[in-house]
Amino acid sequence: MNIAVLQFPGSNCDQDAYHLFATGLGVPTRYVWHKERSLGETDLVVIPGGFAYGDYLRCGAIARFSPIMGAVHEYAGKGGLVFGICNGFQILCEAGLLPGALIRNRSLEYRCLTCDLAVEDAGPVFNTAALGRRIRLPIGHGEGNYRIDAAGRASLETNRQVLLRYVENPNGSQGDIAGVRNEEGNVFGMMPHPDRAFERFHPSRDGLAVVRTILSARFPKMIRRSA
Amino acid sequence: MLPPNPDPVLNQPITPALVKKHGLLPDEYEKVREHLGREPTLTELGIFSVMWSEHCSYKNTRPLLRGFPTEKRGATANFGRVLVKAGEENAGIIDVGDGWAIAFKIESHNHPSAIEPFEGAATGVGGIIRDIFTMGARPVLLTNSLRFGELDSPVTKRLLRGVVAGIAHYGNCVGVPTVGGDVYFDRSYEGNPLVNALCLGTLRHDQIRRGKATGLGNPVYYVGAATGRDGLGGAAFASKELSAESASDRPAVQKGDPFMEKLLIEACLEMMAVPGLVVGIQDMGAAGLTCSTCETASRGGAGIEIELDRVPQRESGMNSYEVMLSESQERMLVIVQLGREREIESVFEKWDLHAANVGTVTDTGRMVVRQHGTVVADIPTSALTDGAPVYQREARRPAYLDETSIWTPEGAGLPDLDLAGAQAALRALLSHPTIASKRWIYRQYDHMVQHGTVVLPGSDAGVVRLRLGESEKFIAISNDCNGRYCYLNPHRGALIAMVECLRNLVCAGATPLAMTDNLNFGNPYKPENFYQLKECVRGLAEACQFFDVPVVGGNVSLYNESPDGAIDPTPTVSVVGFIEKEEHITRQFVRAPGARLVLLGGAPAELGGSQFLGIVHGKKTGDAPAVDLPAEKRLQDFLLAQIRAGLVGAAHDLSEGGLMVALSEMLFGPDRVGAAADLSGLAAPRLDALLFGESQGRVLVAVAADDEAAVLAAAKAAGVAADGIGSSTGDGKLSVRTALGELAWPVSELRHGWESSIETAMKRPGLS
Repeated sequence: MNIAVLQFPGSNCDQDAYHLFATGLGVPTRYVWHKERSLGETDLVVIPGGFAYGDYLRCGAIARFSPIMGAVHEYAGKGGLVFGICNGFQILCEAGLLPGALIRNRSLEYRCLTCDLAVEDAGPVFNTAALGRRIRLPIGHGEGNYRIDAAGRASLETNRQVLLRYVENPNGSQGDIAGVRNEEGNVFGMMPHPDRAFERFHPSRDGLAVVRTILSARFPKMIRRSA
Repeated sequence: MLPPNPDPVLNQPITPALVKKHGLLPDEYEKVREHLGREPTLTELGIFSVMWSEHCSYKNTRPLLRGFPTEKRGATANFGRVLVKAGEENAGIIDVGDGWAIAFKIESHNHPSAIEPFEGAATGVGGIIRDIFTMGARPVLLTNSLRFGELDSPVTKRLLRGVVAGIAHYGNCVGVPTVGGDVYFDRSYEGNPLVNALCLGTLRHDQIRRGKATGLGNPVYYVGAATGRDGLGGAAFASKELSAESASDRPAVQKGDPFMEKLLIEACLEMMAVPGLVVGIQDMGAAGLTCSTCETASRGGAGIEIELDRVPQRESGMNSYEVMLSESQERMLVIVQLGREREIESVFEKWDLHAANVGTVTDTGRMVVRQHGTVVADIPTSALTDGAPVYQREARRPAYLDETSIWTPEGAGLPDLDLAGAQAALRALLSHPTIASKRWIYRQYDHMVQHGTVVLPGSDAGVVRLRLGESEKFIAISNDCNGRYCYLNPHRGALIAMVECLRNLVCAGATPLAMTDNLNFGNPYKPENFYQLKECVRGLAEACQFFDVPVVGGNVSLYNESPDGAIDPTPTVSVVGFIEKEEHITRQFVRAPGARLVLLGGAPAELGGSQFLGIVHGKKTGDAPAVDLPAEKRLQDFLLAQIRAGLVGAAHDLSEGGLMVALSEMLFGPDRVGAAADLSGLAAPRLDALLFGESQGRVLVAVAADDEAAVLAAAKAAGVAADGIGSSTGDGKLSVRTALGELAWPVSELRHGWESSIETAMKRPGLS
């Protein structure tokens, strides 16, 4: 197994994501610089949190033009697993790999806190059987207010593409949506941070269960209920 | 004489009015002429004015600061040695063992934040982060210490909102967690808020870098953002009082770009990791290019020549005065090993940042600046640094102390509380913004990035896991300073700032290691202000000596005055403590019913300087609480020993609001417990002093019922007063028996007032 964590200028949860996989799960993990044009051999591409390009213009709007994103499109198109956390989710939405968009929190303020999240039955890997009905993950974002047009929303719900919903909505997201997948089920994105929920002193260790579940799309043995 | 400058603006004669405008006294100007042996050019006058400002030269405080201990007596070969001392570099560094060290420092951005709170606070964060990574350290945490006027004023609300948003904007984007802080609201800060920001970084001993220019012929690089006209003369601006005209100084406030800073951190750390490439490095903070060039040259005992035409500029037509004095943010000066220019340039190309070769290290001992082929400044570097004037200011004990220091509640005929009064007073104290939960503030800060935050904001101290190579270590950090105490008794107030900070760390399970301080005071030319400064510094020095906590760096911010007068003296201290084992980490929250509550240090008995007097009676008077350093040390040593023995479930220090506030706050954790206490057996002259007095050296701990007897016995043996005062309960109530009768509150109601107070004050209609 090999995990690729992308690094954009302004990524600042790259090390958190690295340690989630390398230390938390104990799987081989490496960084890929955004100026690369190839991902190399990998089983999961992680786009970490942060402020790629300072979130200037719009979060994710510049990062989606980085050279590496060509390879990410190609990889996702072939069914490869891609997982965006926080800013990574924003970039995937901007890149058109996930539906919807993320705008400023309704409060107009950044929010850092730990949220209760309802797990949705979102297909064969990401579901309550794998994760339980509720998990707790920290959030840290100023622009996590998920928006999508009515038709898009309807198709999200019909196709069961919503991964997680906030129990108490911290940012104004439509439908309390905290994370979604693409229709094909190989690209995942969420505002909450599994990379802040894996150490023994973290508010929960549900982050490990989340990434195991995502990896189980490729490695079925990864499925395990979180401790 | 220097050759005439073709630019008539730069060529203008130096008049007394121009000298005054630059904040230099006539005597000081004479000294400038002596150092140069001629009249200065306008550019040189500007350079002297910023380098000799209080902000850069410490001209009014340097003699006082010599009293601070800068080394740790109890250091061992593998722990606690001060590797870079206070005043030597941008930040001090202390050994934490196994070849690793921490660099940390606090710095103020008070004046810019008063004028433009968002950018002022943001650039304060940016500046302190640069002070840390310029030492070679990776920044791993931020804290801040904020002071505002009372929150009932619209001006204060605007300032609070702006400052918090600015800190969040910068810290969140650069990806350094803001793990703690302290905030007070008091009229004395109305119009002159304090914004002190601290950064801490980690590094290996062999990664320590210095701001030194050495090696004849080595190239001088300018890296980072381009220079603009922003922040012109910010250091000089910080060294005068705020007035109605200060808003016109807005160009002296800089604008921050945290994205640029993030790139700069990564590029600089990458560059510094290349063996032998970097000879010296310094950030361009206050006084920008001026300060970084002459300080590096002065430290290296060398000279430096720079060519301003090669400095990246984002505005056209900037003259040498503007380029030298600009305080544009996110810039660094790097002295590189000759012949290795290509290596540094390739690192900065990777990060798409400027890296311009702007000059050379010389052996002349002079700073020579050229623009458009003309020499615009030629100054001995030592004149700007060591040659700065040093003053012994006059100190006079303020007259108000004659009244306040002898005030007693009995003498003033202040009626004691009855039960109904006590019932209401606790509610009032818990919901006053100074005591209330700061959640509205810290939820806007990313306090979890870098995934090492162990104790989140809201407890006595922030606790962070440091990842040091393959190993990990835990540290705690706390800020403190009650300006009210310092106003009423500057020496004692400073002692209290230190002992309370140390007590907070011990409550978290940490052994105090080293301190950084931020001295926020009024205009030192007023003898009463200088008295406060002198007495506070004496107090800090005394406490640091006593507890063997060296000062590894700090900052002085004077002239904190608005037209209404000076702020309360505020010598903010921030101490880092070391936690031996993860299991020693202790929080302030009682986790379950049935725990026994033990008060260490005896019953509180003083009312002077208390929040109770301020909030309930509207008085800022009395003497500050007494401090007994040996007793404080016995208490702290005892508590740490009990924590290490695994006997303490929760610990919370008694501070603002005294015993009842501390007891309430212990119930505001995640587990929704209540408590029943019996205080009727405690000796107390007055009920108000017992419940809300702020006597020092007190800690409330929760211990298992089975351990209570052992803890009480151990306290007796250690010479620490200890009283079992009650238990935690599952009934959701806080009930207290006093000599007058029973008091009771639903915990949920107290908690609501405490949790929602600031949030309610800051609410904006339509937004949630």
